[in-house]
Amino acid sequence: MRGDPGSMTLLRPRSVEEALGLYAANPGAVPLAGGTDFMVAWNAGEANGRTILDLSRLGAWKRIAVTATGVRVGSLVTHRELQRHPLVRRRLPLLAQACGTIGGHQIQARGTLGGNIANASPAGDTFPPLAVYEARVRLRSAGESRTLPFLEVFTGVKKTALADGELIDSIEIDFPRRPTRESFRKVGTRAASAIAKTVAAGLLWLSSDGRIREVRFALGSMAPTVRRLHSVESLLAGKRPTSRLVEQAADLLENDVSPIDDLRSTRAYRLEVSRNLLRAFLSSGLTR
Amino acid sequence: MIELTVNRKKRRYRGPSFKRLLDVLREDFELTGTKEGCGEGECGACTVLLDGEPVNSCLVPVAQAEGSRVETVESLGASSRLSPLQQSFLEEGGAQCGICTPGMLMTAWAYVRGGGPADPESVRTALAGNLCRCTGYQHIVAAVVETAKREKRKRARAR
Repeated sequence: MRGDPGSMTLLRPRSVEEALGLYAANPGAVPLAGGTDFMVAWNAGEANGRTILDLSRLGAWKRIAVTATGVRVGSLVTHRELQRHPLVRRRLPLLAQACGTIGGHQIQARGTLGGNIANASPAGDTFPPLAVYEARVRLRSAGESRTLPFLEVFTGVKKTALADGELIDSIEIDFPRRPTRESFRKVGTRAASAIAKTVAAGLLWLSSDGRIREVRFALGSMAPTVRRLHSVESLLAGKRPTSRLVEQAADLLENDVSPIDDLRSTRAYRLEVSRNLLRAFLSSGLTR
Repeated sequence: MIELTVNRKKRRYRGPSFKRLLDVLREDFELTGTKEGCGEGECGACTVLLDGEPVNSCLVPVAQAEGSRVETVESLGASSRLSPLQQSFLEEGGAQCGICTPGMLMTAWAYVRGGGPADPESVRTALAGNLCRCTGYQHIVAAVVETAKREKRKRARAR
């Protein structure tokens, strides 16, 4: 069985208001952004007969707006556009780097940040950066809007807190104060075009006395949803980075994640590599 | 009806609007240079340029290409008059079985036209979304590096 275009009903709103109205009236419709995930299932014949809410005409959601504190990224902005945006590259480099590791050029040019979030894959490459930047996600439905902290959007594997009739409007990200250290690392089977076995983002600020003022570290592909390592972060806060402390942090990592064996990797491998990513982030040049 | 520009010509498509751009190009517009490989966005054989960006045409419903500019491998050259990139693939041995070639050429052309650096590492990253089952990557990369170099010289002269 293949995708049968004749079986599909296509709704093509020209404005956000029209899209929200159509979605309210057709709660079973599938919102379609860049289609890089949905079309794979459709091509395999797994989504025939569906009603599609095509978002491709909503120009208002295709813009990156610079705000007083950071950027507001429209949900339909592509990974390619984010990766090329000068201010995103300079002030949110972990997000720009993550966008450059999603699929190949073809997928980056079509896939959108809002689509990536709504899809809620445990392996979403942009999620660890958005978790450490403490992004907010603005949701809209007909007549209403609300804003969720990024981590609260995800409720499970491929599950989100979006209510019926709700679409992602934008992602708001404040520029952090300049970190002492920042890092994005993705470990997959190939350097590019691979789904992550583990994916990490970290931000760290040192105080003038050499103690860790604050650290944020997030892992993807290590639990049903992206995770901040709260146990590790609170252990490290206020302490001087020593090799002993780094080892204590690596031991604690397991508290905040629950990796599994699957077709891409094993629990044991994911844990070991994630500990090494954390060690590398905290060690080189920092510890005495 | 859906209107789009394909290889600089205005085209009209009448039919189900969820048909894949790939199938519209091949079946309705009879541009069979674009190939289907995996049909799941992994291999890049079906790559065309949509408003200048490489995309997998197997993942784009034609409705989403409405009003856009599409460029296929047919826009590069003809067998009697190859484009410099195609000539380079020929000289370097960048094509074996040929299924990946149209997609490789389109991704590579977007890269070269965009002024991409002429080093193998950058070229490999740019071509990461295009797989070659014959694994003839060395020659493909060499062909793209060579064309990128020539393009840079051409631009330097034009300045």
